[in-house]
Amino acid sequence: MSVAAAEEHGQHHDPHLQHQFQDMDQQNESYVVGMWTFLVTEIMFFGALFLAYTIYRRDYPDVFLEAHHHLVVWMGGVNTVVLLTSSLTMAMAVYYAQMKNRQRQMLFLAITIMFSFCFLIIKGFEWKNKFEEHHVPGPYFEYKIEEPKGAEARRAPAKIESAALTQMSKGGKVVFPKDAVVPEYASRAQLFFSLYFAMTGLHAFHVIIGILVMGTLFFMLMFKHPATDYYMPVEMAGLYWHFVDIVWIFLFPLFYLIPGS
Amino acid sequence: MSATSLPPSAIPLRAGDEKPNYLNWSYAVKDWLLTIDHKRIAVLYLISISFMFLLGGIAAMMIRIELTSPHGQLLTSEVYNKMFTMHGVLMVFFFLVPSIPATLGNFLIPLMIGAKDLAFPRLNLLSWYLYTIGGLMALTAMVMGGVDTGWTFYTPYSSVYSNGNVSLTLVGIFIAGFSSIATGINFIVTIHKMRAPGMTWFRLPLFIWAHYATSVIIVLGTPVVAITLALVVVERLLHLGIFNPALGGDPILFQHMFWFYSHPAVYIMILPSMGIISEIIACFSRKRIFGYSFVAFSSIAIGVFGFLVWGHHMFVTGQSMYTSMVFSALSFIVAVPSAIKVFNWTATMYKGQVWLTAPMLYALGFIGLFTVGGLTGLYLASLAMDVHLNMTYFVVAHFHFVMVGGATLGYLGGLHFWWPKITGRMYPEGWAKLAAGISFIGFNLTFLPQFIVGYLGMPRRYHYYPAEYQVWHILSSAGASVLAVGYGIPLIYFIWSLKYGEKAGPNPWGAIGLEWQTSSPPPMENFHEIPVVTWEAYAYDDETEHGAQEDRKDMPGTSSAVRQEAGRDNEEGNSEAHAA
Repeated sequence: MSVAAAEEHGQHHDPHLQHQFQDMDQQNESYVVGMWTFLVTEIMFFGALFLAYTIYRRDYPDVFLEAHHHLVVWMGGVNTVVLLTSSLTMAMAVYYAQMKNRQRQMLFLAITIMFSFCFLIIKGFEWKNKFEEHHVPGPYFEYKIEEPKGAEARRAPAKIESAALTQMSKGGKVVFPKDAVVPEYASRAQLFFSLYFAMTGLHAFHVIIGILVMGTLFFMLMFKHPATDYYMPVEMAGLYWHFVDIVWIFLFPLFYLIPGS
Repeated sequence: MSATSLPPSAIPLRAGDEKPNYLNWSYAVKDWLLTIDHKRIAVLYLISISFMFLLGGIAAMMIRIELTSPHGQLLTSEVYNKMFTMHGVLMVFFFLVPSIPATLGNFLIPLMIGAKDLAFPRLNLLSWYLYTIGGLMALTAMVMGGVDTGWTFYTPYSSVYSNGNVSLTLVGIFIAGFSSIATGINFIVTIHKMRAPGMTWFRLPLFIWAHYATSVIIVLGTPVVAITLALVVVERLLHLGIFNPALGGDPILFQHMFWFYSHPAVYIMILPSMGIISEIIACFSRKRIFGYSFVAFSSIAIGVFGFLVWGHHMFVTGQSMYTSMVFSALSFIVAVPSAIKVFNWTATMYKGQVWLTAPMLYALGFIGLFTVGGLTGLYLASLAMDVHLNMTYFVVAHFHFVMVGGATLGYLGGLHFWWPKITGRMYPEGWAKLAAGISFIGFNLTFLPQFIVGYLGMPRRYHYYPAEYQVWHILSSAGASVLAVGYGIPLIYFIWSLKYGEKAGPNPWGAIGLEWQTSSPPPMENFHEIPVVTWEAYAYDDETEHGAQEDRKDMPGTSSAVRQEAGRDNEEGNSEAHAA
């Protein structure tokens, strides 16, 4: 950008131009670069957890296969649809922000917020289910191995001592079905659920942040806050929201759709 | 995102007043604590970081006093453990990591690239608040009983067994980590998007390149350690067991994830310091820096390779031998860009007009001590040597040479170099030289004996030791008190200079660089008009004597000057500068 351009912009000063920038282009590009850099930090943030997941799934593939049967696939599936749809409505909100259509913007933000609550409610029922089944890691952890089916029944010979290992850890206990083979993987199920709660919990936390951001924008639009004439805030919230969706796109298959070999 | 008005327009100017600048436009507490001016935020950071440094230093002194006797004499074992943890946590997370970026970087980056502020001024203020909140949490944890895990928080001790205030400390570090991330994002965007017209990438001062590499490391590394420490907290509070061996979890995974940040964190500490040294060496040698692009790209190379060497912290903690071999080789490679910098600084001084001011003394100290720190790093990177030296005082001495002899000397050098710019006052040169000398001597006395006693087998973190090591520990403790004097003197004369220091002109060093073109202290908006840059960084070769730089022909708002000598053997500057 040249000085001449900067001076020219100075003459018709945009009210949204902050003092540190020379013109709106510079400001908009800075926001975009800043937001993407922030998303990189988010990727690294989740990335560490995905790394832990990868390593433990490699170490204990059978545990992960067995334990994932305790997750409710249809709930995760519905949540995937809910979040993907919310990404679409968020994109619509961004579009109408650029078109400066306040009503539509508010409408689509409201729909996105509604979907996010929907996601959290389903997630809440899932977690409640885990509490009831004592699948939350810690002293009250209990684990009942699903009856082995088909190909899985042929795997993993009985190893009683590994079950005893789990008994020792934090007082959790494993309940074995009568006459069932006791696969080694039973003892490591707490690890699977630890990862499950850590990763979906962190993701749910990001959904809550998203709701707060979108809610703030919604009320700012409602009260015609001057900042909302400018499409950038909604655009930034949109980028963030798509990121939250993408994380879920990875979480869903990794936890709910582990294929048996 | 509303527009923010510029305060200086509101300042009544009386005759005889100082020119309006960022310090004197308002004295209200509110205008300091709610400021979005990067210069004021840098000063806030300077004060809080100095406070943390003081506390960390007190902890260090307690450790050194304790170690003068082989049987311990001051602290119980438990308190000793808490003391070295406090020293490590405060110095690493609350002093070294933010020290240069958050103070000098914050202050200088917009000035050096010709911008009015960082790209996100409010994020910058937020980062200071996050730092303060995180720091207060860590301090609260220490006051309430302390932590005894060491600053590395290795699991399962930290997650299962330790009964100190681990969670509160970790949450404090977690929050401070976000302060760091905010700074990193701000710098990256600022350097990419806020450069003044004509300020191309290869006209940037090397200080900026160093901070760019630092910011990339911050942005990529800090989130990883944040989530790792958060997992330890949830393990303690909610019994999730990701690093718990009883559940099949892997404590070594914690070490991998911890060092994935904490090794690059060493480069977060040292790279900005290297940037400072490049500025000081070029200015006080009156020469263009030797091999500009090599120094610039070596910063980036350190940033890249710095991420690939973390495994050298785990040679003896159960890592596969083949993994260790790769990490060992990569650790040797990372020494190359560091060495490039050292050679280039030395070559810059060759045939330069070296002016031995206090900042230059600090810079020379840096080069020597950093070289020792780096070379002993190669000992530790070799697998067989490391088996002997790991977890001994040799390691302690090695990283103190890099962090204290390197990063902290660089920080002090930079503080002296830009003190006239920050405050508008000169520090007393004689005292400063004395302090630089005392620091250098005290530092060597403190840490050279530690190499020896470590090689002899003194383990780190122990306070009972065989009597034959005592002489080395007494030497080291004596050195630490000399070093404390070396740090104490600047604290006194810096404060003294605020009122009694000689007034500094805009450019007391005759340095080249945009930050020296504006007045000292800089006005609120940094530059009265956004500069247009037509010259390279470090175009020192044309000047005749110190202080002649204010009259450069191609700089905005200046009068007459002869910039160009005929027959100059340097090609840079010829394209845009002309003989008068």
